[in-house]
Amino acid sequence: MKLDTNSNLYTFIYASVLVIVVAAALAFTAVKLKPMQDKNIRVEKMQNILQSIGVIANFEEAEKLYKTHITDSYAVNSKGEKLKDVNAFDINLKVQYKEKPEDKVLPVYEAKTDDGTKKIIIPLRGKGLWGPIWGYFALDDDYNTIYGAVFDHKGETPGLGAEIATPDFQKQFNGKTLFEGDKFVSITVYKGGKGSAEKAGDTKHGVDGISGGTITSKGLEGMVKNDWLFAYKNFLEKNKK
Amino acid sequence: MGKNLKLVTDPLNLNNPITVQVLGICSALAVTVKLMPAIVMSMSVIAVLAFANVIISLLRNTIPSRIRIIVQLVVIAALVIIVDQILKAYVYDISKQLSVFVGLIITNCIIMGRLEAFALGNKPFPAFLDGLGNGAGYAIILVIVSAIREFFGSGSLAGFKIIPQSFYDFGYSDNGLIILPPMALIIVGVIIWVQRYKTRELIEEK
Repeated sequence: MKLDTNSNLYTFIYASVLVIVVAAALAFTAVKLKPMQDKNIRVEKMQNILQSIGVIANFEEAEKLYKTHITDSYAVNSKGEKLKDVNAFDINLKVQYKEKPEDKVLPVYEAKTDDGTKKIIIPLRGKGLWGPIWGYFALDDDYNTIYGAVFDHKGETPGLGAEIATPDFQKQFNGKTLFEGDKFVSITVYKGGKGSAEKAGDTKHGVDGISGGTITSKGLEGMVKNDWLFAYKNFLEKNKK
Repeated sequence: MGKNLKLVTDPLNLNNPITVQVLGICSALAVTVKLMPAIVMSMSVIAVLAFANVIISLLRNTIPSRIRIIVQLVVIAALVIIVDQILKAYVYDISKQLSVFVGLIITNCIIMGRLEAFALGNKPFPAFLDGLGNGAGYAIILVIVSAIREFFGSGSLAGFKIIPQSFYDFGYSDNGLIILPPMALIIVGVIIWVQRYKTRELIEEK
């Protein structure tokens, strides 16, 4: 019998069988590869955290170095109280970002550098121009002075907003302080490119924005101020030395 | 055998998908800033094209002609998603750099063009060779363009510094312009020019 490949019934059955077969194949691949993809994301997060205290880890070493450098991790709420039984590493910042301030569960990492000094690492999350931006502040033991900063982004414009991920931009944060006296002022990003923080007379809490990347710069400022970092205010104030 | 060999070698020069058929330009501009992502992208396209060609060629007598484009798209999309998942699992860094462009292989005209023009009318083995050939034709242009751009734009090749530090000390600096997409278009243009100059067959008669 010769099949009529142009009949409606045949076309219909053909299409149905095809999509079922394809869906099964895709589901199988996705399930098989999921563990490895998850591991990649975890390792990348560890690399980012380590980078904020100046430890550059490659893919293979990241997990080992993470274990030696990160001494403790816990979560706090916006009142600055430690929460029990929370795995800080697995907290989804995307979810916490949307929570009301009083409901936020905020991860904190404690680390020691190669020379043995204690650092506090605070994860950051904010909005860029095209998508989320995130990063880490490593603070000195006084819970005030920034020891190192890293930022990354999902899809900011290369050459403009994406410059937040470059060492040159991140270096600016080193040595800046979050508090002025007892007031939590955090960091301001000044518009106008190189030298604009100095022009504004704010060298202690100000960094230069990126020319042509104003929205990303402002998003980053929001991330270290009202949008995110202010939730840590009470925690930092309590421990500040 | 000679005919089969031609299937692979023709797209490398005389019938190159990028420089002669001018297909797949978009990704050729986007992923050629550095050599490594360009190579991974090329391999992905070769894999997708070769397997899509084989699958469509195997199915060619059963596909209802009214929905053949949809069938082709389903096959391509499935293969692209599988490739994307594999990249995310095994070469995470590069998959991050390629980001959306792996997904955009689906819309690469080379692939649908070959399925429509070749796989639907030929046996699986020639279709496989045709896929390899056209994929390689795409790859060779991507590699040339990205090598030029990485060398002049970043002073390195595949991440290894080629231009020594002493050059920079003497005031040499990388060409930032070449990293931007328009320069890829100009380089592709220059390649087409050189190729036409060398290959007399390509020159149209008035």
